[in-house]
Order: sequence, then C-alpha cells, then structure tokens
Amino acid sequence: MTSALGGAPAGSGIASRPGRGNPGSPVRLHRKRWGRTARWIGWLWVLPALLMYGFFVLRPLVLTVQYSLYRWNGIGAARWVGLDNYLTVFTDRDLLKIISNAFILIIFFSFVPVVLGLVVASLVRRIATGPAGTLVRTVLFLPQVIPLVAAGIAWSWVMSSSGLVNQVLRTVGLGSITRPWLGEFDTALPAVGVIGAWVMLGLCTILLITGMSKIDPSLYEAARMDGAGSIREFFAVTLPSLRQEIGICLTVTIIAALASFDIVYISTSGGPGIQTTVPGLEIYRLAFSQRQVGLASALGVVLMLLVLVCVLPIQRLTRGEKP
Amino acid sequence: MTRRRFAVLVPLLAAGLTITACSPPGEEQTTSGDSDAKVSTELGSEQITLEMYAETGFPLAKALADEFTKQHPNVKFNIREDQFTVIVENAPRVLASDNAPDIIRLPTMVDLVKDGLLKNMDPYFDAYGWDKFPASQLVQLRIGEGGVRGDGSLYGMGLGYSVTGVFYNKEQAAKIGMTQPPATIAEFEELLAKAKAANLQPIMQFNKNTAGINFPHQALQNQYGDPAQIADWVFQKPGATFDTPAALKATQTIQKWAKAGYFPKDANAIDYTAMMGEFGKGNGLFMFNGDWESANLDKSLAGKVGFFLFPGETAEAKRVAMSAPNTFGVGAKAKNADAAAFFLNWVHTNDKAREISVNVGGSSPGGPADLPLPSVKEGTVLAETLKAAQQLGADNGAIDFTANATGGIFASAITPEMQKLVAGQQTPEGYVKAVQAEYEKELSR
Repeated sequence: MTSALGGAPAGSGIASRPGRGNPGSPVRLHRKRWGRTARWIGWLWVLPALLMYGFFVLRPLVLTVQYSLYRWNGIGAARWVGLDNYLTVFTDRDLLKIISNAFILIIFFSFVPVVLGLVVASLVRRIATGPAGTLVRTVLFLPQVIPLVAAGIAWSWVMSSSGLVNQVLRTVGLGSITRPWLGEFDTALPAVGVIGAWVMLGLCTILLITGMSKIDPSLYEAARMDGAGSIREFFAVTLPSLRQEIGICLTVTIIAALASFDIVYISTSGGPGIQTTVPGLEIYRLAFSQRQVGLASALGVVLMLLVLVCVLPIQRLTRGEKP
Repeated sequence: MTRRRFAVLVPLLAAGLTITACSPPGEEQTTSGDSDAKVSTELGSEQITLEMYAETGFPLAKALADEFTKQHPNVKFNIREDQFTVIVENAPRVLASDNAPDIIRLPTMVDLVKDGLLKNMDPYFDAYGWDKFPASQLVQLRIGEGGVRGDGSLYGMGLGYSVTGVFYNKEQAAKIGMTQPPATIAEFEELLAKAKAANLQPIMQFNKNTAGINFPHQALQNQYGDPAQIADWVFQKPGATFDTPAALKATQTIQKWAKAGYFPKDANAIDYTAMMGEFGKGNGLFMFNGDWESANLDKSLAGKVGFFLFPGETAEAKRVAMSAPNTFGVGAKAKNADAAAFFLNWVHTNDKAREISVNVGGSSPGGPADLPLPSVKEGTVLAETLKAAQQLGADNGAIDFTANATGGIFASAITPEMQKLVAGQQTPEGYVKAVQAEYEKELSR
C-alpha cells in the first residue's frame, strides 16, 4: 500500500513540467531539485492523513460496493448475486416507503430550520455582538451540544401520552387532540421531524448570524436611503448575501435528514409499523439483525448516491460568485 | 487542481481494490461436527477466567457466577453485559472473534450453528448424564440436519427455564368480582369487559420497540389450534407455515380486543420499562409477561399480584404456554469449554445454585427430574409461577416463542405488523400473510 501511494504521484506529471525554466543554470537546477524534494516532503506530511483516509473511508466504501453484489450473512460464505440487491432496493415496497420517509424528513430537518433560522437570525442580528447575543447564541446552539441520544429520550418523554406537550394542550383546553405523538401512525413522522428541526435550528441560526455579521453595513445604509423597509431590506440585501451560508445549512441538514439514525432509533425505533423507519436505521437492521449484509450494503450505496444527488446541485447553485 | 486530486485518488482506490482483491467476503464454515469429541468433566485446580457474555437487567448470571467462584476459587468470571437485542446483533461477530466468550447468552441459535460458531454439547450430555433431565427441557436447544430445531445435537443449556402467563392485580380483580383465575378464554374475555366497564385498564401491555402484544397473541394461538404447528414453525421444519386458522383467529381476537380498548390506547408508545412502571403503579388488571419478573413484583407489589397460565377454550383444555430456557451456549472457539460445561452442569444440579436460580431468576432451575425444587415463601408470585411451571411440565405444554423463529422475524415482521394491527392499519389476514412472507424471505437466504 505504501509503495503504491509513494510511487504513483511522482510519475503522474506533478513533479516535472518540461519547458519551464532553464535546465542549464545551476541556480535553477538547485531550485528545481529543492522544489521536487519539497513536493515529496509535502506528500510525506499528508501521508498519515491519506493513509487514514484510504483505510477508513475509501476502503470501506469500496468494500461496501463489493458486498452489495453478494448475498452474505456476515460470517459464512458469500454468494455472488450481481445487481439483485439493487433490484430489491428499488422494487421492495417497504424499502421505497423507508426512502420516502427520509425525504419527508428533509422538510423538517432542512427547510423548517433554515426558514426559522433566517427569521431568528434577523431578529437577533442587532444584539448579536453584546452579552445578550452570547446568551442567545448559547441557548440556540445547546441542542448541538447535547448528545442526540439524550435529546431523543427527553423528547420521547415530552411527547408521550402524559408528557409536557399533552399537559400543555390539556391546560389550554385542547384535551381532545392529545395523543401519544410518537406512537400514532399519522403523527409519528412529523413528531420525529420536530425533534430534528429543534436540533438543526441552532446550527442554522448560528451560521446565518455569522453570515449576516459579514454583510457590509453600507449596503443596508444604501437600501435605507433608497427607502427600503426592513422586509424589503431583508429580501434585497440580507437574503442574497447569505447565499453561501444558506447553501451550507441546506447541505448539512439534508445530509442529516437522509442519513438520520440516532433520533429515530431512540424516539421510535422506526415504529409504529415502519412509519418512521429511515434508510440509516434499516441498513443497521438489515446488516445486524437480519444479517443481510449484501442488501444492507446496496441500500447504503443507494443512500450515498441519493445524498450526492440532493446535495451537489445545492453546492453548484450556491457556490457561484455573489451577485 | 482536479487533476491533482485525481492523482491522489487513483492510487488510493487502486490500493483499496488490491486489498479486497475481489474475492468474495466470508468463508465456508464447517458445522462443528465434534459430537464425539473427548471432553473432561474435571474442573481441575488451575487458575482460569471464564469469559461470559450475559444479558443486562437479569442479575441471575452474575449471582450464579459469584456463587461458583465462592465454591471453586480457582475459577473467576469476566462478565460482559448487553441488552438482549444487542447480543442478538453481536453474537455472530463476537463468537467468530479470537476472544470468543466461553459462555454466552444465546439468541436464536440456528444461524450460529450453521456458521460453526457454537460448541456441540453432545459429548457433555453423555459425560454428565444429562439424559436424566426431562427430555422436553432441552428439546428447544437441539439442532438437527439442515438447521431444523427440536431434534439432533445439543447446543445450549438454560440458566433457568422461564414460563409465561398472565399476572394480575389482586386489588383490581376484587373490584370486578374476580375471585379465581379464569378457567376458559371466554371467562377471560368476560373479565376484560367487566374491567373496561369499571374504567380499569383491562390489559397493560407494551408494543413499542418490540411487540409485547405478541404475548397475548401467541397465548391465544397456542389454544386455538394444535400447538405442534407453532412448534414446527418456530423450529423451521420444512413446510411449516404461520398462515393457519389458529393464527388467524388469534389475530382477529387481538384486533377485537384492541378495538374494544382492552389494550392501552397508546400501546404503540409504551415500551417494556414503561409497562412495568404502569403495572407497578396499579394501572392495569392483567399483564402478559414471564416469571423473570416474579421476584421484582414480589418486591414492588408484595402480596398484591397473582399469576395464572393462559386458559384454553374449555376448562379441561391442556395448558400451553410460551416457555423457553434462558439459553446459554459455549463458543466453538472457547478457551475453557470444559470448565464452561462444568459450570452449566453445576447450575442445574448444585443445591445452592438451584436456590439462586429460583430466588434471583424467578424461574424453574431445570435439571434432573428427581431433584426437589428449592422451597419458596407461600403466597408470593414466585410460588405461583413455580407451580405454574410444574403444571406446564406435567401437561407437556411448553412451547417456544414465535418471536424466536428466525433472527429477524420479531424486528422486521411481528413488531411492525402488530403495531399496524392494533392501530387499525392492518387486517388479521394481512398480518398472518406478512409474517409468513418475511419468514420465507429469511429462510431463503
């Protein structure tokens, strides 16, 4: 492995570029030789990281693709099945529903936090620098600090039949709509979504506040001179300037939605029925409880591709120069 | 820039691919055919440490290990604990590793045996004379040709043999005039109706994470048809099916009970711990559960709880109940297999160990039929569950849980489909067919 890593880059056209400089001059020669060594040293510096990356990211990735072509229980002999597992992923009704659940979660994990985050960030922007700002930021960021498992447990208490949500509803006279939010077929997925929105809101708000603080104040001045109100100001100045931040928010939260696992595992275990089962949970179940490592790997590969399909266009759209 | 990045990726990918070398993962395992291997029944005096992998929340294994060390100071235990579902998921890899445990709490064993991960216990069976145990005690732990359970070589022993049935709250029973356990299913249903009318929760049952309503379901299924059909299905006998009139009738009854409000309205949001909490608080007349809770209930609701085996359609009907050994096996790669077997034999035959099995585990200790049962205090739930276990033994009515039929059947079919059923999202016919379909899918791989 080491030799493959060390050998290939040298010969791959990075080291020597013919036609530049004067090969005859001793100074140039020295510089060139030094340059070559420097490049080598550069590779040496990143080598540990590359090895780690290759071993813990690329190797599992390649192995997953390989496993997905087999029928394998994780221990015994594997049987080659070609693309059968992928066929199952795209034809099994339960698996399709599970994938669609993840897309519904995007609404809660991504769109709600980004929209709410914009509102909250605009509101607290003006106090963002003072001590009150620190307090607001800390409170909002807290869900990111709390382990998701703890958050899941706390929320499943809050949403249980006798939990806080239902207590509040009863106090305000809405006793008729109380229900075990995480245990009913119609409300379970949105209820899980609410937990996700709560977790993601802080992250989005902080990113957006930071983004807002970088906007040139003269833009606001100019807008105000042109007679823009605060709403107009928001749409004409704030929103366009936050394009990149919104892009990051969407990217991070969409990945969190599609690859969600812990919140769902803790709060509902995917139930009732398969109402809240998401691909991450199903991959885990398939691989470790049903011991269908091949099918689990295929679903994993499909999930990765879905994430890329969703996230790459956002990257492309939001990365361009600011208008 | 992109070219350069590419230049990095190519060799890495190449390296990755070379490592995997495209050979299929895993390897062919030979089922441990050591059914007449030489074994020793001597413990010896050498200092050894037995590696044990046990279930969290059940103090029996540790209590037995401590007592064993007291009697045999040269044997120490290193106990790792996990929740049952976690053991189910980990068992194959843990057993295949170089540090395979000597004694492990076993989930469904068939796959493990097929992969050659468990020790064949036949030599110990002969050496220790376990043929003096009632044969029915160990029948669930035998695996024969093609992975069919119920016959063939022995692959595990029980640390206690559990029995399931119905716990009831005596105070609430008195309120609705129940003076003795119901003798028939019809009587049981009358009691449910009376409890509902008296604004009591007729049955406290969990159905979140795993389907607790499968307990009453199988209790009914056991009585509505020939239990042998269920046993065949659980043991994976060729041709066995879940799609039987008995299973359908049981499912219809569960649906009826759910509609009548006999289960908690939010059963799908109640997990096992929450159920125990609610029943302990006095919420619920009945609870379908097993004798592993007897000791707990004798503490938390001392004198207030009774137990009965689920009745049949007629008062004369044979009692049938889910009853399973708390299975422990010995890893094929175990370093101290002889000592592990010695321990398992000791658990069944040593007086002190049997006493611990009953008082800590709450279950019958098993073992030779002629050994007396340890005495327990009269009037306790423990006394009632032990009596029930004896009655079940006399009726030969022990049957394994349908949830144990395959490694994934509980998580991937019974639980989600049962949750749908009680929420009115699945029909009884659909339930039975869905469970059978998943079963066939798992057996076909």
